Amino acid sequence: MADHILETEGLTKEFNGFVAVDHVALGVRTGTIHALIGPNGAGKTTCFNLLTGFLPATAGRIRFKGRDITGMRPAEVARLGLVRSFQISAVFPRLTALENVRLALQRARGRSFDFWRSERVLARYNDRAHQLLFDVGLSEFVHTVAGQLAYGQKRALEIATTLALDPEMMLLDEPTAGMTHADVERIVELIHTIRAGRTILMVEHNLSVVEGLCDTITVLTRGRVLAEGDYAAVSANPEVIAAYLGSEAPHAEPAHA
Amino acid sequence: MSATTETPAPAAAPAAHGIFGFTRAQAVAFVVMLAAIVILPHILYPIFLMRVLMGALFACAFNLLIGYLGLLSFGHAAFYGMGAYLGAWALKVWHLDAALAILVGGATGGLLGLALGWLAIRRSGIYFAMITLALAQMVYFFCVEAPFTGGEDGIQQIPRGVAFGLFPLHSDMAMYWFTAAIFLAGFLLIHRVIHSPFGQVLKAIRENEPRAISLGYRVQDYKLIAFVLSAFLSGIAGATTSVIFGIATLDGVVSDRSGDVVLTTLVGGLGTVFGPVVGAAVTTAMENYLAQFGSWVTITQGAIFVVCVLAFRRGIVGEVAARLKLSL
Ligand SMILES: Nc1ncnc2c1ncn2[C@@H]1O[C@H](COP(=O)(O)OP(=O)(O)O)[C@@H](O)[C@H]1O
Ligand SMILES: [Mg+2]
Repeated sequence: MADHILETEGLTKEFNGFVAVDHVALGVRTGTIHALIGPNGAGKTTCFNLLTGFLPATAGRIRFKGRDITGMRPAEVARLGLVRSFQISAVFPRLTALENVRLALQRARGRSFDFWRSERVLARYNDRAHQLLFDVGLSEFVHTVAGQLAYGQKRALEIATTLALDPEMMLLDEPTAGMTHADVERIVELIHTIRAGRTILMVEHNLSVVEGLCDTITVLTRGRVLAEGDYAAVSANPEVIAAYLGSEAPHAEPAHA
Repeated sequence: MSATTETPAPAAAPAAHGIFGFTRAQAVAFVVMLAAIVILPHILYPIFLMRVLMGALFACAFNLLIGYLGLLSFGHAAFYGMGAYLGAWALKVWHLDAALAILVGGATGGLLGLALGWLAIRRSGIYFAMITLALAQMVYFFCVEAPFTGGEDGIQQIPRGVAFGLFPLHSDMAMYWFTAAIFLAGFLLIHRVIHSPFGQVLKAIRENEPRAISLGYRVQDYKLIAFVLSAFLSGIAGATTSVIFGIATLDGVVSDRSGDVVLTTLVGGLGTVFGPVVGAAVTTAMENYLAQFGSWVTITQGAIFVVCVLAFRRGIVGEVAARLKLSL
């Protein structure tokens, strides 16, 4: 379907006989924010790993922008414009916030094999990097080493770095997990502003975040799609309620996961 | 995962990087090193100093991989030793200019690095180390059997010849200045690589490889280029050493040599700019002055290694830098 930027068909992943992702058919419409929810161990992160080529699928196909990307290497998937974040925050801890963002700019604009040049040539990316850091509220921390940032700031830096690639589609794995209330609000606002011209697929446990942000929700349990639809439809689905009552409550979780 | 609530203090912009990307402290250390290179041959034996310099270049090349990419190679003797053989061969049999012969040694190291690196970088951690060790052992056995290496005797009586068609290298002092120039060129090349856009990517890969991949970096390409550069400089160090001593033997390719360079780098300080140089000075001096005690050298080296790993994990330069809160 033309309006689907990302589609999967029978996507399956087995780990030594254990089926973590089981014949998942996922369709993410262009320009939407799509949530992938489900109890712990449902296979959400594994799905992300399959979609971005970090793990090979046992069976099934993945199409991105109409192109079959099954079996493609992860760096190539990223270069097509499908960029992921990680469940555990992914920054380069001993580099500064500025250097973190510049690494993405440098890749996108091609300067990275020059081993004989001074790194001073990277200064040309400073303006754009400052702008991106400003957008995520890190202006004051441009020269702070990423490892010293507070948790919420690291997640913000991660988003700024991903945005530096200007990807058509972003996969965010639990962007608000473990954050304080104020940080969650900031990230939600940020996702609102960056969605323009982009598609976002996100794993999110905080259902109030999902409700306010996402157009479509896919519920995954034990590797299978249990339900799909908008928030009202999914939250009224008796199977979803049963599945959630079996493991964890569907109410918003406390801010500190 | 626990949320950190305290907010770090904003950091000021770092002072603009000075000459050639050296920090102030590094520039001072570099001047001290230059002074030592100029003054010491008038006090100590040039032959000894040349061994230090080439040991230092070899360790710097090795440090490029372990210190900036986190790749532990146990097979660097292959590049050093093959560089030594081919450099010797180029000088003795092909009668090339000394500078060119050393470049032949470097190219040999680089090409061998391309082949071995291509196989090894598919794995990481201990598997990478084991693959490099196994491949280097194959190179060793090849050298034992191949006729051109001269087997147990090695390639002997290599003439030092002339560098750039201008500078005869017969005297130890002439050879010393030539060796010092090669060391400095290699040292500065590595420094430039680390402080280049490419070096920035190497650091990113070391810090968080999956994240670098997710930004679209083909990390294997970067690892391979770094591996080839490191192997090239190892070959240069091996070839220069064979010119200095007029001999290239199995000593260059044997696995002890790979172990020595690991030790040298650890003692000096892994991932520091000057650590491999200090490490080479310490280990070469130890070898030299303990030589009279025969097998005690090995035991003493082993003991120092254990002390270093237990007490000074950061190595000599790493500890000093940490105490003074400087980057060296
Ligand atoms: N690399 C792996 N090897 C073996 N089992 C795995 C691996 N990755 C995930 N799993 C298993 O697959 C299931 C789904 O995990 P995951 O995708 O991380 O769940 P979620 O992100 O939904 O919490 C879990 O039971 C997990 O133990
Ligand atoms: Mg997960």
